[in-house]
Amino acid sequence: MAKRFEIRFSGSGGQGMILAGIIMAEAAAIYDDKNAVQSQSYGPEARGGASKAEVVISDGSIDYPKATKVDLMLALTQEASSKYSKDVKDGGIVLVDSDAVKEKPNGNFNVYSFPIIETARTELGKTIVANIMSLGMITELTNVVSHEAIEKAVLARVPPAFLELNKKALQIGFEKAKVLKAAS
Amino acid sequence: MSTPATAAKKKVPFDYSGYLRAGKLPHIWCPGCGHGIVLKSLLRAIDVSGFTKDQLCMVSGIGCSSRTPGYVDFKTLHTLHGRAFSYATGVKLANPELKVIVASGDGDALAIGGNHFIHTCRRNIDMTILVYTNYIYGMTGGQYSPTTPQGAMATTSRYGNIEPVFDTCELAKASGATFVARGTSYHCQELEKILLAAIKHKGTSVVEIIDQCPTYYGRQNKLRSATEMMEIFEKNGTVSVKQADRLPPEKVEGKLLRGILYQVERPEYCEEYDKLIEKVRGQ
Amino acid sequence: MAEKKKKLLQGNEACAEGALYAGCRFYAGYPITPSTEVAEMLSVRLPKVGGKFIQMEDEIASIAAAIGGSIAGLKSLTATSGPGFSLKQEGIGFACMAEIPCVIVNVMRGGPSTGFPTGPSQSDVMQAKWGTHGDHPAVTLTPSTVQEILSETVRAFNLAERYRTPVAVLYDEIVGHMREPVVIPDPGELEVVDREGPTCSPEEYLPYDDRYDVPPFAPFKGEYRFHITGLNHKTDGFPTNDPAIIDWGNRKIVDKIEKNRESICENEAVYLDDASIGVFSYGSIGRSARYAVNEVRERGVKAGLLRPLTIWPFPDGAVSEMAENVKAIIVPEMNLGQMIHEVKRVVHGRCEVVGINRVDGEPIHPQQIIDIIERYS
Repeated sequence: MAKRFEIRFSGSGGQGMILAGIIMAEAAAIYDDKNAVQSQSYGPEARGGASKAEVVISDGSIDYPKATKVDLMLALTQEASSKYSKDVKDGGIVLVDSDAVKEKPNGNFNVYSFPIIETARTELGKTIVANIMSLGMITELTNVVSHEAIEKAVLARVPPAFLELNKKALQIGFEKAKVLKAAS
Repeated sequence: MSTPATAAKKKVPFDYSGYLRAGKLPHIWCPGCGHGIVLKSLLRAIDVSGFTKDQLCMVSGIGCSSRTPGYVDFKTLHTLHGRAFSYATGVKLANPELKVIVASGDGDALAIGGNHFIHTCRRNIDMTILVYTNYIYGMTGGQYSPTTPQGAMATTSRYGNIEPVFDTCELAKASGATFVARGTSYHCQELEKILLAAIKHKGTSVVEIIDQCPTYYGRQNKLRSATEMMEIFEKNGTVSVKQADRLPPEKVEGKLLRGILYQVERPEYCEEYDKLIEKVRGQ
Repeated sequence: MAEKKKKLLQGNEACAEGALYAGCRFYAGYPITPSTEVAEMLSVRLPKVGGKFIQMEDEIASIAAAIGGSIAGLKSLTATSGPGFSLKQEGIGFACMAEIPCVIVNVMRGGPSTGFPTGPSQSDVMQAKWGTHGDHPAVTLTPSTVQEILSETVRAFNLAERYRTPVAVLYDEIVGHMREPVVIPDPGELEVVDREGPTCSPEEYLPYDDRYDVPPFAPFKGEYRFHITGLNHKTDGFPTNDPAIIDWGNRKIVDKIEKNRESICENEAVYLDDASIGVFSYGSIGRSARYAVNEVRERGVKAGLLRPLTIWPFPDGAVSEMAENVKAIIVPEMNLGQMIHEVKRVVHGRCEVVGINRVDGEPIHPQQIIDIIERYS
């Protein structure tokens, strides 16, 4: 069976986790010509509540569409981190927002803790692009999709007026992750 | 087909056969029922309206009056209890060239079909809705309906009906119908004129028709005949809007108004949808 | 041929694409999670192709308007989820009885009642067969991928038009909301069946002509004037109380599907040729089953999968054949055991039939299926 790479984006409703999942899946399936499946679970709230998106990427066909053993998980809230980190695989990666997640998840995986939302606020002026910045970080940490593919996918999904902002968010994500990797 | 319009002018009897399906009579309605009178008024109105049989589509739900489409030589659709308005909406929107007429009873239109009725009025889709009000569920054997007067007997109100009634015309008007009228089977010539105006109206036109069910309403409420019912409810129980202004209040009090009660112009749904298509495709 | 453009589409979007590809030009619906995206997308796309979209006042009105649209000559769709599917049953029965083609999409969520609106289930599969009262035909398709939602929606329209009957497409919230790369087929690439109209004159036309299994259908357009009713009716469409004609009418709407069971039934077979353990699985859980079968095969376990794309009519032939060759058939379902009854009926004791059931709003995990396969291998 073809190897699967599983990513889980989690946070609260309104943080753009599902959009991040869609963009990651498009980067893989449309621009890197791999196979990808994006799925999600959500509650009745349009804003708030725990929100989760999953992307499975493979060179072959993807039968089971949900995560089996998560290779990388992003958590932007404490609730998401505690609730969804159970099935991260041994040796996998968990990337958490250091301000939101005070209680880091325990397991045989590497935890990267970084002030994602605060960085989006200070360096980009808008917390709303924290999800795009996260995509840059995940791409840098995993190389599961190419930098070109994720950039094309991001730019294809955002309104023209925000192209530069999102491009910059992605770039900052790449850079911050490089530093994180080097430090670990 | 004969030409009933010209025949009428010559004062010879109107020939209904051109509009009725051969071999489908006798109808199912009881002796004394008003539905047959209403059908005659309707066919005479249609004859004057200029719509051809191919252009006409008659839709109904379930009940005695809902059997009307089976007798008329149009495109006819006999659907489910209360749902005629929704089936008719689908037909009309898919083929706006049709002139759609819906026949429904008071239970069909106002109880089980109440939600469909008000929303059809709200959309102002081009459709003529006839609500036959005979104060009872006839086809199921005489249960009380949303128009059964308080105190009246029915097989499900053996101690007298305690429920208040709907005013069909007020309901239609409040819901957005752009033509609202009331007629009776007693005033059948006036009804013909009302129906003609309703059919010619662009938008949702609602005509409440007060008629009688001697079999189930009459017998349970000690009304000895259809004519007695017509006298009480239709002749004496209503007053024409034209006369109402000139009469002293005590002569109007407690009576239902007859005639065209309300008529306004408002954009019609199918035309608005066509505009939407044009707008979207022009982009 | 130029390389086709892949798009990442949600299952519900692929359903709308499939409908448009099939020539659907009328949609009537009512908002309900998790099917609403079908309506949202068609509200944008239908006017662009001159089609009609209407949001009705409720679910009952939606199926009624869709049937009305079909009667007036447009290929019609309505989409819903469990509670709405319950409400639409009386309209589905009318379409069966009056032989009006239309397609009903049910994106299954947890039930009964309001249940779990944002979670998946497969608990409406028996309702799709027996939901409306009276004896009636049922045709139900169960795609398991986003690409399949597109192609099965096209097939649903084809079957509806070919057999003058309502056809249901059932998929669950997982596939409905999931996104996968999809290739939109070129025109002509998938078969599209259009309704057969009458060749006789309006005077000679019989809407239920008994010389045909599926009589030609004249829409409410032009010169064909006739009667349609939900009552038992004669060949001319008018009601009847004649026992012989009632019998004829009730049997023929069921027979026209039964006679064509084999051509309506489509299945995917994975490693069934030499399988000693079978899995019968449909919809999104068919994917868990394929994962499980592929994985145990790598270890030499001879498991095979029968994944029906058509669950109604039930694929008696394929299940019977599987029963001849395997020790056990595993039936994983996101319900408390529904299709397993059909499997048992066909197997008739020839092998063991084992259910795996889950009703917690989570999909059946491949490992659950692997565990049972290993128990029987």
